[in-house]
Amino acid sequence: MSLDKETVRKIAFLARVDVPDDQLAPLAGELSGILDWIEQLREVDTSAVEPMTSVAEMTLPWRDDAVTDGGYPERVTANAPDSQDGFYLVPKVVE
Amino acid sequence: MTKLTDLTIAEARRGLAAKDFTAVDLAEAHIAAMEAHAGLNAYVTPTPDTAREMAAASDARIAKGEAGAMEGIPLAIKDLFCTDGTRTTAGSNILGNFVPPYESTVSANLWGAGAVLLGKANLDEFAMGSSNTTSAFGGAVNPWTRAAEPDRQLVPGGSSGGSAAAVAARLALGATGTDTGGSIRQPASFCGISGLKPTYGRCSRWGIVAFASSLDQAGPMARTVGDVAIMLGAMAGHDPKDSTSAPVAVPDFTAALEQGVKGLTVGIPKEYRPDEGLSPEIEAIWTRGMEMLKDAGAETVDISLPHTKYALATYYIIAPAEASSNLARYDGVRYGLRVLDEGDGLNDMYCKTRAAGFGAEVKRRILIGTYALSAGYYDAYYLKAQKVRSLIAKDFKDAFDTSVDVILTPTTPSAAFPMDDEPTDPVTMYLNDVFTVPTSLAGLPGLSVPVALTEQGLPQGLQLIGRPFDEETVLRAGRALEKAAAFTATPRLLEG
Repeated sequence: MSLDKETVRKIAFLARVDVPDDQLAPLAGELSGILDWIEQLREVDTSAVEPMTSVAEMTLPWRDDAVTDGGYPERVTANAPDSQDGFYLVPKVVE
Repeated sequence: MTKLTDLTIAEARRGLAAKDFTAVDLAEAHIAAMEAHAGLNAYVTPTPDTAREMAAASDARIAKGEAGAMEGIPLAIKDLFCTDGTRTTAGSNILGNFVPPYESTVSANLWGAGAVLLGKANLDEFAMGSSNTTSAFGGAVNPWTRAAEPDRQLVPGGSSGGSAAAVAARLALGATGTDTGGSIRQPASFCGISGLKPTYGRCSRWGIVAFASSLDQAGPMARTVGDVAIMLGAMAGHDPKDSTSAPVAVPDFTAALEQGVKGLTVGIPKEYRPDEGLSPEIEAIWTRGMEMLKDAGAETVDISLPHTKYALATYYIIAPAEASSNLARYDGVRYGLRVLDEGDGLNDMYCKTRAAGFGAEVKRRILIGTYALSAGYYDAYYLKAQKVRSLIAKDFKDAFDTSVDVILTPTTPSAAFPMDDEPTDPVTMYLNDVFTVPTSLAGLPGLSVPVALTEQGLPQGLQLIGRPFDEETVLRAGRALEKAAAFTATPRLLEG
C-alpha cells in the first residue's frame, strides 16, 4: 500500500496535525513502509474468526447513572490554557 | 554495612522494622544518589521535598506500629501516572506544564501502603518507543555500558526506560512502569532488573495517561523477583473507576515464591526462533534458562504458537488506532500546550497545537491509526487486526489448556544498543518488541528476569508468560530462574 502526498495531507487533517508541505513526501514514504509491512496480515485466513473485542473474558459492569464527583470547576479548569468563570475559552467558532 | 541504596525492598522493610535506619535515611540516601547521577536523566521531575515529607510521615506510622506493606520504600513513578499536585508530562511537550488535580489509582494504592515518591521517571513520549529516545526531555541513559566501550552511552530501553535506569543505578528501590507491547519487560531486560507486566485488568488504568487502552497495563520493576511480588501486591486490585479492572481478589504474591518449579511444565515455543534467525548468543542464554528450570525440577516441552509471526504487525495496527483516538484529547482546550495565532480559528488551533506538541514518532502513530480507522480502510486494517489478535490469544489458550503451566522465551532479540546508533527505520525499531508483543495482545502476565551477561558485558533477560491472573506461577518460576542464574553483576557506574 503506497500512500501519496495528497492522502497524507488528508489523513493529517483528519488527525488535526499540521504537516508542512516539504514533509509530506518523506512522511508518505515512512507511512507506506509501515503499511507495506502490515500487509503480511492478508496471508492469515480469518474467514471464520470473530474479532477480539475484549482481551479479558469479563462482562463490562453497570453502575448507577449518578454524579459521584465534581463541584470544583476551578480545579477542573486549572490546567486550561485559557478559562473564565469555570469555563474553557476557545477561539470564536461562528463568525 | 550495605549501602542503603543497595538494599532490596524486602531488606529495607526488615531494616525499617528493626529500626536499623529510618525512612528519612532511606529517602536521603536516594536523593543524594539521584543528584550524583542526574546525568542519567532517569527522572523528568525529581521530587526530593515530597520524598522527605512522605518519609517523615512513614517514620511516624512505623513508630505507631501502623506500617503498610511498602512503608518507607522510595520509588520512582513513571511520568505517565498522574500524581496530584506533581507535574505529569507523559514525556511530551504537549503536557509539559500539566499538573494533575488527581492521583492515579495505582500510585494512590502505593502511597496507601506507605511508599515514598522520589520523582517522576523519564519515558518515551506517550510510552511510544523502545529506546527512551522519543522523550521530549531527552532520553534516559542506561547505567550499563559495553565492556569494550565504557564511554559510549546505551539506551535503557523503553518506554519505561527512566524507571529501569533508576532502579538499576540504585536511584530507587523500585519503580512503576506501564507496558503496552513490552514497555516494562524490554527495559527491564536492557537494564538487568526484573519487571512484570501483569494480566490485563490486574492493575487499574485509572489516572494513567492512555496510549492503547486494550493493551496498557501497569506493573512493578525492581531488582529482585521477590520485590516485584511485594510491589504488585500493593499496586493491584479492583477499581470501580476502571471498567476493565478485574473484580478478582489480590493474593499474597510473595506466598508462593519459594515453592520452586518441581512438577511445573514449561513450554518452549518454536516460533520464537524466527526464520531470520535468533542471535546465537540469545539462543544460548535461552537454552541455559531451560536447563536451569529443568535442574530445578520442571519439565520442558516444545510447543507451537503458530500466529506469533503476525503479532507485531497486528500490534502496529491496534496500538496506533487506539492511540489516535486516545490522543485526540490533546487539543489545546482543557490542558497542556495551546498554539494560537492572531485570527486563527478552532481548526487552526488544533492543527498547530498538535503539530508543535507531539514528537515525530507520536505523529507517525497517530497518522497510521487515523488511516487504519478511516472510512473504507477500517475492515482491511483494524477489523482484520482484531481477528488475528483473536488467533494469537487462542494460540496461548490452547497451549495453557493442553500442556503447559508457564512459557519461557527470550525477552528481547538483542541487548541494549548505543544511543548514538544511526536512527533506524520505524519497522526495525519495532522489532525490539517481537517477543513481548504477543503476550500483550493476549492480555497475559509476562515477567522478565535478568539471567546472564552477553559477550559485550550487557544484561539479558528471559521472559516467563503465564495464564490470565496466574502471576503467582510466573513469579514462582521467575524466582527459580533468579536463584539458578544468580545474576549479581552490577553496572560499572556503581563501581568504586
